[in-house]
Amino acid sequence: MPILDELKAAIAKRLPELDVVIGWGKGFDALHHTPVFITSEADLDKLELGPLSVQNLATYLTRYPKTKKIGVVVKGCDSRSVVQLLQEKLINRENVVVFGFPCEGVVDLEKVKRALEGQGMEIARVSEATFQGERCTLTTGGKAGSLPMADLWADKCNRCQYHDAVMSDEFVGQRLDRKAEDAYADVAAFEAKPLAERQAFWQEQMSRCIRCYACRNACPLCVCRDQCIAQTREPNWVSQRTGVEEKFMFQMIHASHLAGRCTECGECERACPVGIPILLLKRKNNKEVLELFDYRAGIDPEAKPPLLAFKVEEEKINERGW
Amino acid sequence: MMSAKYLAQGDLSAWLGALAQGRRVLVPVRENGAVVFRPYGPGVAPVLSRQADSPPKESVFPSTERLMEFSYSKDPENLGKVALDIKETVNAPATVVFGGRPCDARGFTVFDRVYDTKAIRDPYYAERRASTLFVTLACDAPETTCFCNSVGSSPVDADGSDVLLTPVEGGWLVEAVSERGKALLDAPALKDAPASAQEQAKAAQEAAVAAMPPAWDAAPAAAKLIEKFDDMGFWDNVSAKCISCGACTYLCPTCYCFTVTDERSGMKGERIRTWDTCMSFQFTLEASGHNPRPTKAYRLKNRVGHKFSYYPDIHKGPIACCGCGRCIKLCPVSVDIREIVRLAMELPTATAGKP
Ligand code: SF4
Ligand code: SF4
Ligand code: SF4
Ligand code: SF4
Ligand code: SF4
Repeated sequence: MPILDELKAAIAKRLPELDVVIGWGKGFDALHHTPVFITSEADLDKLELGPLSVQNLATYLTRYPKTKKIGVVVKGCDSRSVVQLLQEKLINRENVVVFGFPCEGVVDLEKVKRALEGQGMEIARVSEATFQGERCTLTTGGKAGSLPMADLWADKCNRCQYHDAVMSDEFVGQRLDRKAEDAYADVAAFEAKPLAERQAFWQEQMSRCIRCYACRNACPLCVCRDQCIAQTREPNWVSQRTGVEEKFMFQMIHASHLAGRCTECGECERACPVGIPILLLKRKNNKEVLELFDYRAGIDPEAKPPLLAFKVEEEKINERGW
Repeated sequence: MMSAKYLAQGDLSAWLGALAQGRRVLVPVRENGAVVFRPYGPGVAPVLSRQADSPPKESVFPSTERLMEFSYSKDPENLGKVALDIKETVNAPATVVFGGRPCDARGFTVFDRVYDTKAIRDPYYAERRASTLFVTLACDAPETTCFCNSVGSSPVDADGSDVLLTPVEGGWLVEAVSERGKALLDAPALKDAPASAQEQAKAAQEAAVAAMPPAWDAAPAAAKLIEKFDDMGFWDNVSAKCISCGACTYLCPTCYCFTVTDERSGMKGERIRTWDTCMSFQFTLEASGHNPRPTKAYRLKNRVGHKFSYYPDIHKGPIACCGCGRCIKLCPVSVDIREIVRLAMELPTATAGKP
């Protein structure tokens, strides 16, 4: 049975006990899926699944009262967000039903955009797209093009260690049991640059920021939302100005509030409408957390995130050796 | 149309250079995949093949604007007495916005009805608007999110522009559409347009209009949205996927809401105005703590209602959306304002009401 049909059957089975199930459906054009909210069997026809199912739907879990019974379809990486939310008791285990599947990967539409531009085509004019095996075929303005899938996977998928959901109540399809390595080479390469160059890089990137907070709001673990320190007026912690300082300050706040919690789903960066590579900041923190505490967020629902725990003597932090 | 000129592709930088004499010229440029407006200078290559991701809204309506500077000073004779000194600051540099789309320029016609009227004139806005000219590029291929033809505009609409460029063989036909625009055409880079270029431009414009997806009439939405004002089931459904960021409003060429704050440090400070967004919880948060728009459903209702109902109602017709499609294209979860407006027009109303 195709995996989408298996998924529909699994959702149909659990739907009677749930208020809503969140999955993906067709979006506004051939290259977009969009979240859909299933409340009846008739809605199941709207479901889609595949390399365009990019959004991390776990971000909606904390937008409902904890008493609502919610089903959520997750990719491997998204399942880590659910685990992290459970660890932090931000959702109730008994009120969430997780539908997992073996994820082959999602496409990075930025990469599609650039690859198409290389062929003189515009992503915003694509009328048809199919993803089959090794290639993606696209039509724009009557012109057909074909791109190798290998060039289109999101970076997170190329280093994915959790294709199969790390936790699920219903798992459909055959597990992939595939695991890539992630040695944080991108972070290391950036760290190797002189400080002035790194600073100049962020200044240029952040100058484009429109302070829209899409990065914050797309993040499944950014849960203060309406009470975010970046926007409170009483007290007025961060100026309303839109200078590079304020914008970078906010990214620093975001990154540090996510240290040891961020599951690297990449939604913050994907959501940014002006292409600011902010995942790099989160990965930098995660690299430190991994080195210091041997810890990856969102793997074990019983584990305690290191920055939410307190140990008098940390093994890898030399506190008295000044 | 008035005088028509021809600009060869190879003469583009010569003309931009001429326009940049004594003015700031903003052009769409690529920065890490995004196309944004930046000052033109030697070596800057404008991206004219597609719509910019951020509109040129900042040119006339900056995201942060200093309204005034203030300082307190103590009277040395009587330290209890403090004098306040206020200096109004208007910053309106001569500017040309080059290479925006018809929707980008038309966006400011929506602002004009609010900020520059007989009753109220916002000097900050009005002076910058008066010192900014738009050289607009007619679109020759619509994007999947474009719907200007459904909100009373078109890919060759010159409303709000001073000069309109239409792609023709080897370059562009350059037409002045305002008196102010005429002055920009007096440059050696521009040649008199041969009749063939005029004909090509006419054909290109017709093709551009024909290339758009079929138009649907958004005008009836005004009454339908009011009818659905209390139908919160409808608003809960259409806003379910919204994550309440402000990307749609900050990228919108017609969104003009702002907030004013005093940023003070020690005895000095400034009063600034910054963009606001109705998608944010703080937007209508009252000092008491009460918020008349408590959830994202109320906030999305405000955004759609404002553009397609309240504004056309107050201003007798024009819709406060130019159909640029940015809010659809760049929304992280693909909320589609076209779909919401159409559903509002098509679906029966469960709980009819008036605001
Ligand atoms: S990171 Fe892994 S689980 Fe996540 S989308 Fe990519 S392949 Fe799927
Ligand atoms: S900070 Fe970014 S990568 Fe990390 S969990 Fe949030 S959205 Fe995902
Ligand atoms: S999503 Fe991008 S533009 Fe918006 S606040 Fe975040 S970094 Fe800035
Ligand atoms: S409609 Fe989209 S862009 Fe606008 S606030 Fe909602 S999620 Fe953000
Ligand atoms: S509402 Fe959307 S389509 Fe309309 S002008 Fe604003 S950004 Fe463009």
